[in-house]
Amino acid sequence: MRRIAPLGLRTRLIAAFLLVAAISAATSAALTYREARTAILKQSQDTAVSSMRDLVGRLSLPLPPRPDELKSACADLARSSQPHSWMVYAEYAGNTVSSAESPNSTVITDELRAEARTRPNGAVQRVRKGKEVYLTFAMPATFKHNDRTQSSGLVFYGVMPLATEQTTVQAMVVAARDGALPALGIAVIPALLAARSVLKPVRRLRHAALSLGRGKLDTRIEVKGSDELADLARTFNETASALEGSVEELRQAEARARRFAADVSHELRTPLAGMLAVTEVLDEEAVHLDSDTAAALRLITAETGKLAALVEDLMEISRFDARAAELHADEVDVAEFVRKTLERRHWQDRVATELPAGLRARLDPRRFDVVLANLVGNALRHGGADVHVSAAEEQRPDGARLVVRVADSGPGIDPEVLPHIFDRFYKADAARTRSAGSGLGLAITLENVRLHGGGVRAANRDGGGALFTVEMPLEAAV
Amino acid sequence: MPRVLLIEDDPSIREGVGLGLRRRGHEVSAAETGEDGLALMASFRPELVLLDLMLPGINGVQVCRRIRETSQVPIIMLTARGDDFDIVVGLEAGADDYIVKPARTEVIEARVKAVLRRLSTPAGSRPEVEFHGELAIDRAGLTVAKRGERVPLAPSEIKLLLHLSASPEHVFSRQQLLEYVWDHSYHADARLVDACVRRLRTKIENPAGSPRYIQTVRGFGYRFGPL
Repeated sequence: MRRIAPLGLRTRLIAAFLLVAAISAATSAALTYREARTAILKQSQDTAVSSMRDLVGRLSLPLPPRPDELKSACADLARSSQPHSWMVYAEYAGNTVSSAESPNSTVITDELRAEARTRPNGAVQRVRKGKEVYLTFAMPATFKHNDRTQSSGLVFYGVMPLATEQTTVQAMVVAARDGALPALGIAVIPALLAARSVLKPVRRLRHAALSLGRGKLDTRIEVKGSDELADLARTFNETASALEGSVEELRQAEARARRFAADVSHELRTPLAGMLAVTEVLDEEAVHLDSDTAAALRLITAETGKLAALVEDLMEISRFDARAAELHADEVDVAEFVRKTLERRHWQDRVATELPAGLRARLDPRRFDVVLANLVGNALRHGGADVHVSAAEEQRPDGARLVVRVADSGPGIDPEVLPHIFDRFYKADAARTRSAGSGLGLAITLENVRLHGGGVRAANRDGGGALFTVEMPLEAAV
Repeated sequence: MPRVLLIEDDPSIREGVGLGLRRRGHEVSAAETGEDGLALMASFRPELVLLDLMLPGINGVQVCRRIRETSQVPIIMLTARGDDFDIVVGLEAGADDYIVKPARTEVIEARVKAVLRRLSTPAGSRPEVEFHGELAIDRAGLTVAKRGERVPLAPSEIKLLLHLSASPEHVFSRQQLLEYVWDHSYHADARLVDACVRRLRTKIENPAGSPRYIQTVRGFGYRFGPL
């Protein structure tokens, strides 16, 4: 089924206004027309009938009248006709005479004749013939006998065309129509004004809602007046305030949680610094102790080291969360940089590289070293041998990019794990609850690359193995 | 083995680091506050100062400045990563290097050794005193004079100057300088280099005009000269 396209509020308002204007114009025109027409016709009719009555009353005719006398009486009556000229017909005992050429009228009905007999004061009827409308009226001639009015049997009929009245009424119809049309035109103006007064707040509300949706929670609408739209605006403002309040609360709760993590890490760091400084002493002494004590000591020193690394990673994450991480950018030769990272960890023989000479980039050396070490270390740990690192400059619409790819030939990443691979403390294998890393390595990698204005993607290669792609601006903006 | 003055307010770090270094043969004197540390400067006459930046009373940066007023003893700051601003201020105040806590004794000792290490003089054909413009550089005596007047330089400053001036007009990247002068990894903090260059410039360059001896090569690093 086809639905009619919904019309706008403006169109509907204008249509409603026009409809109301049209109905009221038509109704008032119809009522005026009817009343005026009745008044005009009644006046003509009353004038005609009463003047006929006077004239007939003044006649003196012998009974039965002679046809020539009757005809001249008709002519006299016609001459004195009011308000317009009538034609007068007289009927007496089946004989008819008239002031007109033909003695018989074509518009006088038997109905009128019958009425004339019963009403001594006269009868009236309007008759339409073709386009013309005629007023026909009958006036029986009476005489007084012994103080009683008696019918003489002689009836005079008047026939008066209502052409003038018809023209007047017609003119009224035209006037009503001509008045209604501009009224309709003028009705469009208040319609537009009303539409504007409704649509403007609606539009403001729409913009405010959009702005709120974009995260500008301090968006408010100016409330004008006290109508329903103002109520709506007030409700919107109250809702926005409530939303802003709860978002602020959430934000504060999150900030508290982050500050807590940062504080805890900070407090852990001081005792760890003391412990870490003496682990060597313990390790050196362990060789002189019995095996259990030595094993216990070595466990403590090894775990102290891991704890220190974990706390450092937590501190690093806290700084990213608090947006306190700083980028100390420097110009480096990318090939030399990657080689130095691998050499520092003695990985140079286990990793194949493809590094273009002369490629220079602006980046934070410490952070980018962490990125490379995490990705390559991850590949060596989970992906086995055949780790491959390549670097290249690639052009993107928004400028030159440094693209570094770290690929391995291991089993790849479980598709279920892939979306979470950069999550904090996400362990791919539930059974392997502790790995060599802190569980924050890839999360820190991602944050470090983001700090450079770039991103990291993880994927599985077609031929097997995982592929991590780092893409960031060749020149990190500080 | 060198005498090390350790100024650290936290007892566990003071004790742990002291213990570790003493076992490696260092003579360690520990102070809890900056005031105590400064007092020990005269009596203990340390060859190296390990200085915590966060100290009660006068803080590490102020202690560093006070020491530099009278002495060019090597100073290594103990700091936490993330105290970025303090690191920069400490380096500007004249510290030669910094160590991020927590650190193993081997790391601390490696830094101590690196700061104390004398640069190996290139093959002996060079004259003992080289003249570059108004500068006289004595490679054997590790002294520098400007217009005949001795310029007091901290260990990192003189090492940087010796390294750069050994190959005039050769451009060294910050990473290379971190490796050669500071014995740091290639990926260490380049701000060490920049701060040291700034300190060196205030001592040997003419205040007006652009640097003449230590020149910046934008996007690459630093070079000595051309004069």
